[in-house]
Amino acid sequence: MAEVALTDTGKARMRPAGWPGIAADWSSDQRAFKNVSWGKTMMWIFLLSDTFIFGCFLLSYMTARMSTTVPWPNPSEVFALTIGGKSVPLILIAIMTFVLISSSGTMAMAVNFGYRRDRFKTAVLMLATAAFGATFVGMQAFEWTKLILEGVRPWGNPWGAPQFGACFFMITGFHGTHVTSGVIFLIIIARKVWRGDFDTETRGFFTSRKGHYEIVEIAGLYWHFVDLVWVFIFAFFYLW
Amino acid sequence: MAEFTLHATSHTTHAGTPAASHAEGQQHPIKLYLAVWGWLFVLSTCSYLVDYFGLQGHLRWSLIVLFMVLKAGLIVAVFMHMAWERLALAYAILLPPMLLLVFVAIMMFESDYTLLTRIVFFRTGA
Repeated sequence: MAEVALTDTGKARMRPAGWPGIAADWSSDQRAFKNVSWGKTMMWIFLLSDTFIFGCFLLSYMTARMSTTVPWPNPSEVFALTIGGKSVPLILIAIMTFVLISSSGTMAMAVNFGYRRDRFKTAVLMLATAAFGATFVGMQAFEWTKLILEGVRPWGNPWGAPQFGACFFMITGFHGTHVTSGVIFLIIIARKVWRGDFDTETRGFFTSRKGHYEIVEIAGLYWHFVDLVWVFIFAFFYLW
Repeated sequence: MAEFTLHATSHTTHAGTPAASHAEGQQHPIKLYLAVWGWLFVLSTCSYLVDYFGLQGHLRWSLIVLFMVLKAGLIVAVFMHMAWERLALAYAILLPPMLLLVFVAIMMFESDYTLLTRIVFFRTGA
């Protein structure tokens, strides 16, 4: 029954495109998102709500930074690492950025191989994505440890405006939590792919619904979103 | 049983048509993903170099925002396949976050005012 609604019936090609398409899709007494399954739609709507959460975090950070009379600590120096006796600015954050982008690359390819029903490559690429994600969280734990040892607290730090610590722990902590849940999500789906659940359409343990490779794309949407949030954190918190 | 047969027939009717790619989900050449991956690396390096060379002021901020927007655009459009979705979904998801910009503007006025009152207050020591 549900399958009928999920599959594209081919009528999509006769629908108007562009602005008339928007009006026609929304006004008719039927589903608004014609060729997108409920699972994908719900993931997009969840990501939209998550956008507002991170948006509010970044906004409160902006407000704190703009309204303080005490100088803001220079992130370029705070996050510098000494490598070979030389201080390199922001290097750990740059490496973390590259790790997360690479994980997005492997995830995008996993989605692709999933739809080609290449079980082995999909599972391996998903596990590689999870490994990159775990590396990212590990480096973040290192960064937190370093800053806490240097005396950064949510209520103060040795370099300037006391709000720095609160913003830092809140924003990166919430993002790190998202990465961690993403890693768990990816490992669960990768195991199902590996077992061939989506080839045999095995019913899920909790939902009793038939499994499809689309879940790989849905997991991918979440993962790319985590990368997307990092793009904004990197720009506004670390570089600004 | 009925659902299985319906599912199967909708697949067979699509085989060989250009729209078949949608029946089996998003399918695009791997080369495209690798190209986007490469560009994301280049753009990230560029934004890191902004900090490395210590550019300041409006040049720094405009470059940071430019590289950020380009990266975000590539991720949403290609990796998250938004470029191939119907406009109804794209606008439903992408327009609401734009409203955050209004919120940003409001909070900028607010923090300017807070900063001003703090300066006045701390100076007079009242």
